[in-house]
Amino acid sequence: MSARAGQAPIQGGGNRSIDRLLPLLMGLVAVLTLWPVVRLLLEGLGWGGAGLGAGVTTEHLTAVLGRESTQRALVHSLVTAGGGTVISVLIGASFAFLVALSDVRAKAALVFCLMVPMMIPPQITALAWMQVTGPSSVLLRLLGLAPPMGSPQPLHSPGGIILLLGIQHAALVFLTLRAGLRMIPADLVEAARMAGARPAQVWGRIVLPLSAPALIAGAAMAFVTALGNFGIPAMLGIPARYSTLPTLIYQRLASLGPSVLPEVAVLALLIGAVAILGVLVSRLAGRRGGHGLVGLSGRPLALSLGRARIWVEGALWVFIGAILVLPLAALLATSLIPAYGVPLTFETLTFRAWTEALFVQPVTRRAIANSLLLATTAALILMALALPVAWLMQRCPSRFSRALDALVELPYALPGVVLAIACILAFLRLPFTQITLYGTLWIILLAYLARFFVVMLRPIQASLAQLDPAMEEAAASVGARLGRRLGTIVLPLAAPSAAAGAILVFLTAVNELTVSALLWSSGTETLGVVIFNLEDSGETVMASALAMAIVGLIVALMAAVQAGARHLPKGTIPWQS
Amino acid sequence: MAELSVTDLTKRFDAGPAALDAVSATVQAGEFVALLGPSGCGKTTLLRLIAGFERPSAGRITLGGDVMADATRFVAPEDRGIGIVFQSYALWPHMSVAGNVAYPLEVRGVPRAARAARVAEALALTGLTELAGRMPAQLSGGQRQRVALARCLVFEPRAMLLDEPLANLDLSLRAAMQDVFAQFHRRTGATMLYVTHDQAEALALADRVAVMERGRIRQFAAPELLYREPADCFVAGFVGEGAVVSARPTGAATPEGCIVEVLGQRIAARARSRSPSHVSIRPEDIRLGDDGPLRGQVTGATYLGGRFRLTLDVAGETLVAFAAQRAHPGEAVGLSIEAPWAFEDPQPVLGPDFGGPDIGGAHRTGRALRA
Repeated sequence: MSARAGQAPIQGGGNRSIDRLLPLLMGLVAVLTLWPVVRLLLEGLGWGGAGLGAGVTTEHLTAVLGRESTQRALVHSLVTAGGGTVISVLIGASFAFLVALSDVRAKAALVFCLMVPMMIPPQITALAWMQVTGPSSVLLRLLGLAPPMGSPQPLHSPGGIILLLGIQHAALVFLTLRAGLRMIPADLVEAARMAGARPAQVWGRIVLPLSAPALIAGAAMAFVTALGNFGIPAMLGIPARYSTLPTLIYQRLASLGPSVLPEVAVLALLIGAVAILGVLVSRLAGRRGGHGLVGLSGRPLALSLGRARIWVEGALWVFIGAILVLPLAALLATSLIPAYGVPLTFETLTFRAWTEALFVQPVTRRAIANSLLLATTAALILMALALPVAWLMQRCPSRFSRALDALVELPYALPGVVLAIACILAFLRLPFTQITLYGTLWIILLAYLARFFVVMLRPIQASLAQLDPAMEEAAASVGARLGRRLGTIVLPLAAPSAAAGAILVFLTAVNELTVSALLWSSGTETLGVVIFNLEDSGETVMASALAMAIVGLIVALMAAVQAGARHLPKGTIPWQS
Repeated sequence: MAELSVTDLTKRFDAGPAALDAVSATVQAGEFVALLGPSGCGKTTLLRLIAGFERPSAGRITLGGDVMADATRFVAPEDRGIGIVFQSYALWPHMSVAGNVAYPLEVRGVPRAARAARVAEALALTGLTELAGRMPAQLSGGQRQRVALARCLVFEPRAMLLDEPLANLDLSLRAAMQDVFAQFHRRTGATMLYVTHDQAEALALADRVAVMERGRIRQFAAPELLYREPADCFVAGFVGEGAVVSARPTGAATPEGCIVEVLGQRIAARARSRSPSHVSIRPEDIRLGDDGPLRGQVTGATYLGGRFRLTLDVAGETLVAFAAQRAHPGEAVGLSIEAPWAFEDPQPVLGPDFGGPDIGGAHRTGRALRA
């Protein structure tokens, strides 16, 4: 080999600009994700006001906060979220302790089934449960168990809201607690048993104290999420004239339009403040979690349940049946009748509502198209943004990148209504123009980009953290420039995680109601909005058919991610800690 | 192939002592140089600076006369034309063997036909022709190592850096791969810089060896010179077997060196220095026999095949000698020391309490020896 050495020209010599492009990209992401929240804060501090009259003044602040409806909604929010958290903790902690510590079989299937309620949109959960109870329940009438006509729907009550919030968010407690339990080395338990402790004593004296921080963190997360939940209190609370803060904001904005923005901004700040408090509690508890545990944590604990195992397993599966199979069966039953009130028999069974909802009705067809378009676009844009940003954060950490890394959580952690109000404020008037994005698909897309950026970022970060830097150095040493290295080395190796992230974004965006409920207008309906509206206008059968179709889509996507699980780094899939 | 040169090269990471402290050295074009030293001595830092993965804090790197890095210039790694073989191999798991090897040429825009020919040539040179279609996960450690080598040589770099390339292989494979490297160097005539902590590897492969400790090059010489004429206590203790014993110059000169007082005896030593402070006593320098002027006690004996390795306690110092017969611990033997290498250790001899960056090491190597 000879004089060719070193003289082979390296292609793309003008590629240097990418070095400057990447930091710019990071700035773009910072603006995209954080500007709406900043704009809302400015409004709260009284510096907003552009186009909104006087903005928020102190008198205005006290006026809104002092109003009776505000205080009542705040109390309702705290009561339902608090009650829901208690139920979530009961369900999630029982499952976590049994699945993580005992020798019950088919753990993976149990966990997957417990996760499904979390991934199903809350308004569908509410719709499904309403088909289980109440006098017109198709399922109950099929079984001859329906209460007499005219008796009230028991779920249209604070109790109903609490129950469903509890079921919806149990998985959050489960996941956090299980992650904490997995950190407990098996030797600690074995040492306690060698010291003579019975399993119950081991649980009470060793496991529970060690996992308490995780339990608190999980409970705080469930509380924050329940606080921001819009679908369940909207479906169950509005008919009962029981308003929480999110539904109050929705009702004010829906009935009075953008003129009430200064008022709902205050409400949004109020609920945002409570939520941030919850997030801080969760973080603090999570950080306190490190007891300095040492030992072999790789080996899972598996306390033998002995002869009780079959009964415990039976109880767990009956419970899964009650919170997952029962409501979905009821929803399915309702979707198969020709009209609400008609009992389901072999003669009446029809798929008319399905074809109506999926193929005929222009509103639902438009909503399906809108939601698929928004979810796909958001997933693709976020993938293109998150990959280089995650790479920059990993390879060239700076104070700015670390701050951004922490702050991108904010739009996702804040309740959806808060982000929606923030987006309206930010995009109602584009700076220096008269153009408004309010009422277009763009504002929903921008809100999705801000909200779900972190959903895409975290899996990619996890896979980049595992990537040997020598992979890229090897490419650099043979002459590949940054853009080429990102495209040919980093991208293919991070692709499985990026794909999982994209599916997660798609799932969450298709499911999403809270943000779009405040941002939609005629023509820009989303799936979440249209189910809510169908039910609201009495089209329960069609709502059920559409909801059932969405549940099918969600379970299929979850299964797809699950099937690829072994190609993904740990921590990529939210329902697997 | 090009000459690789570093001048006053310094690298500091945050606070603390410099990882690399004003190192100057030149690797001739086509030379095979090993960087040898204990872990943390700065050898990998030097390698990464030359590759361009780190920026020097001070000093200059040139390759074939072109400045790669100095106070004002910094050439990115992709523009240096330096190949590197990583300890972890760093094969791209999503590309086949042929894909890995072809990548450097794709990056350079080499036309498809020429690319295929050069990939085939590189694969043949490393004995990988049959494995071209395999994925890295399907290869053994030695095969991965050869893919990394082929990937590096295919673009004919101006210099090649090898970072502990055999560290992850088992012993039998290491010997075989050493032969591969030696052959490879003979056939390509590449300028090669080979980082290792294994002195056997360095002495066996390299034209010259740079022994590093605490961010400095202690001696840069041919392997036989390192062994026969170590420059200081660290090199004498780190490279090869034997003992380092303090010596007192007597002022008397001989044609090969001078007369020194060692272990209470006046001995003719090889030396360049007029006032040596230590001698390096290799096993070959010790002749056992009851007529010898020194008395020692056997403290250990191991059979090496064909001969025994004895450790001897002589006046409080531990010496290593080779013997034809077995000796038992506790046995007394007579010995004489013939023509050891005497040198002046540049470090002032202080107690370990006085600190100073190199004292601890010199102090240790002066006493206990590598088993």
